[in-house]
Amino acid sequence: MTTRESRCVGYLFSDRSHETIMTPEMFTAEQRALFGAVAAFTEKEVVPRRKEIEAKTPGLMAALLKKAGGIGALGLDIADEHGGSGTDKTTSMLMAESISREGGFAVSFGAHTGIGTLPIVFFGTDEQKQRYLPALATGEKLAAYALTEAGSGSDALAARATATLSADGKHWILNGQKQWITNAGFADVFIVFAKIDGTQFTGFIVERGMPGVSIGPEEHKLGIRGSSTCTLILENVPVPVQNVLGEPGRGHRIAFNVLNVGRLKLGVFAVGGVKSILRETLPYARERRQFGKALIEFPLIREKFATLLADLYALESMGYRATGAIDAYTAETGKGMEALEELNIESSILKVFGSELLGRAADEALQILGGYGYMEDYPLAKVYRDVRINRIFEGTNEINRMLVPGVLLKRAMKGQLPLMDAFQAASASVSLPEDVVDRATVQARTLALILTGRAAMQFMQGLEEEQEALAALADIHQAAFGLDSVRRRLVQADNQALHLPLARAYAIQEMDRLIARAGRFALDLGGAELHAELAPLLAPLPVSRTAALREVATRYVERGQYWLGAGTVA
Amino acid sequence: MKILVTVKRVMDYNVKPKVKPDGSGVVTDGVNMIVNPFDEIAVEESLKLKEKNGGEVVVLSIGTKDTTTQIRAALAMGADRGILVLADGSVDPDAAARLIKAVYEQEKPDLVVLGKQAIDDDSSQAGQLLAEYLGLPQATFASKVDVAGKTVTVTREVDGGLETISFDMPGVVTADLRLNTPRYASLPGIMKAKKKEVKEFTPAALGVDIAPKVKVLKLEEPKARQAGQKVPDVATLVGKLRNEAKAL
Ligand SMILES: Cc1cc2nc3c(=O)[nH]c(=O)nc-3n(C[C@H](O)[C@H](O)[C@H](O)COP(=O)(O)OP(=O)(O)OC[C@H]3O[C@@H](n4cnc5c(N)ncnc54)[C@H](O)[C@@H]3O)c2cc1C
Repeated sequence: MTTRESRCVGYLFSDRSHETIMTPEMFTAEQRALFGAVAAFTEKEVVPRRKEIEAKTPGLMAALLKKAGGIGALGLDIADEHGGSGTDKTTSMLMAESISREGGFAVSFGAHTGIGTLPIVFFGTDEQKQRYLPALATGEKLAAYALTEAGSGSDALAARATATLSADGKHWILNGQKQWITNAGFADVFIVFAKIDGTQFTGFIVERGMPGVSIGPEEHKLGIRGSSTCTLILENVPVPVQNVLGEPGRGHRIAFNVLNVGRLKLGVFAVGGVKSILRETLPYARERRQFGKALIEFPLIREKFATLLADLYALESMGYRATGAIDAYTAETGKGMEALEELNIESSILKVFGSELLGRAADEALQILGGYGYMEDYPLAKVYRDVRINRIFEGTNEINRMLVPGVLLKRAMKGQLPLMDAFQAASASVSLPEDVVDRATVQARTLALILTGRAAMQFMQGLEEEQEALAALADIHQAAFGLDSVRRRLVQADNQALHLPLARAYAIQEMDRLIARAGRFALDLGGAELHAELAPLLAPLPVSRTAALREVATRYVERGQYWLGAGTVA
Repeated sequence: MKILVTVKRVMDYNVKPKVKPDGSGVVTDGVNMIVNPFDEIAVEESLKLKEKNGGEVVVLSIGTKDTTTQIRAALAMGADRGILVLADGSVDPDAAARLIKAVYEQEKPDLVVLGKQAIDDDSSQAGQLLAEYLGLPQATFASKVDVAGKTVTVTREVDGGLETISFDMPGVVTADLRLNTPRYASLPGIMKAKKKEVKEFTPAALGVDIAPKVKVLKLEEPKARQAGQKVPDVATLVGKLRNEAKAL
């Protein structure tokens, strides 16, 4: 009997083949209809207004968010009884994918529906939910999340904003400045973190209209200029005690859990972003002629498309596998937030891989447009600026990389994951299957297990300080997660012929990257001896990379679009 | 008031149609299908009439089981229930009109609203034939519809400009492009649509023979146009028109 995968790091265990993973091929007709509705909204309401959005036309962003509220796109994570439609994570993530056509709008949408609204969904009291969620679901009120300060970014818990109980015990008096707060220019509700008596990190719901709240000027940014980014200034703001969010002193629980969703969502936003970039670039490559040929006829241009498509296929496979596991965990236990916590290793991987793929896509697409890409008259220059933020917020990619092996090993130590046995059992003399996708999956999984185990043994508690090792391990786990997700999606697909070219191309290019990363790491960790021991696992796939990528490009040009996933015909 | 509104499943207008190699039709495999845009306008108008006057909007479509998607799209916009007449292959406008007539006789609506034509074969016949078969008044190419009591007043787009006519219900209206802008289906609307009833009938159950009266022998792509030429001056142009194109 098959069951749905519902736990983290399934990619590390070879004995989980009785589990099915969620794949885009399993989207329901309803999910596809919802995706289509939001995609139509984005196409008609957002995309034509890119220039106005970029110019920060007063009132426009808030109006667009409210319009999205009008079709119900802001209430997907909010329960029915609070005015939302309470869908599962897969559905709400699909909406994030379909809305991500304009960077500034996507970020504003994400800040409102994600980090702005979810703290109340997860941690609000019934009374707080009744009071705020219905208006947040429709967009009547808009939300922001205020964690960062001038002196505390990655080290968010070092915040200096304070909360002191008023003499009558009815209010917390908040003081401090929160920097770079998305949506601050128009938001009505702020989730603010401050320390009670300078020590206990706590979440508060602050309203724009409370005395002592003011907003600094708009920042001038490299990209996503349409999104509002300002300082939130709190001067003796009396926040009613009923507005404490969660337990006093437990604000980090809110901050971190909300980030788990944000990271996952960022990965899925990147799926939509890469698709959007490809869609804008292909027509140009077809029309522009040099040396008597359309650009799309040149193998090096085709290779750029193919490389991105193969990685897009992997990102999409990993992203919806994770949302599916979250939904399955939630269905089993009824605990949605715990489900997000369970999958937080995957969320960090998705954040890093998604933001970096999106960056490469913008960079390569701009290159395909050549000098025209560099001109602001064409959309790619703006996209290039817009995508850069994704490697910085929701935890920088450095922080997220360190979390991957960090969280994994913590779970292993606590005995929550049967990893110690798996480390022991993993061996470089494992038999390697013939098929390239299978083979790459086994190589990557075995490398991840052996190298994580070795690093843990070698550095013990000191591993935390070995940042280079942590980052290398994160990339190795990303490859293992990606390959396993792609292999399973392929195996589960009804029409494998549609998947094979992408799966093969991805396996080959991911193995090339993995060999460089893991090979170097093995040398760093155990010298030539370890490298030699791992030699069978560090061998490139014995097939032509060029041929595999050309096959992807041929299919792509024939079809005129990425042919799998949401937004295409089932 | 009770309104019967029809929707047809057609190819997405963003897709460039390709004729099948054997000429028997166009390729629909892997092609996105949508609600005929004129029918979407018809649905919007029906919903507006219902919002003003109360009542019920019933969506009817004819096609394979897949056509349920288009019925659900109209239900997501706000229509109340659906009817699907199951038919494989092509149904010509005359057969469609007779099927709609059969459903009309079951449902007894006050008004039937159709798109003025479907963007696939652009026949623009079903509405007119339906009114004829039912012996009801028809107001085609509507750009404005008002209902007061039993009387429907319709502004029509005709060649010479606009014409206003009125009739007493029941009757048939077909929607033109400028009648309204269809609403977005809301996401909760889409989720609710799943729970709305869609009844299915076969043509046989409705007592209608849908054997086509018009037989399509073969489809061919139009000949590719020759590339244009740039000419240096008027004299060359006239020369080419006279000698090569033989247009003068
Ligand atoms: C456009 C924009 C919108 C934003 N929106 C919001 C918002 O809505 N709400 C909000 O609260 N915040 C927001 N932020 C803030 C954002 O979350 C922070 O910028 C981010 O957390 C990084 O903090 P920092 O900028 O202070 O960088 P720093 O923490 O100073 O980091 C600088 C560099 O050092 C690295 N680094 C830091 N610590 C370590 C370490 N331990 N080991 C190794 N390397 C390290 C980082 O990876 C980075 O490369 C926004 C920022 C921007 C630019």
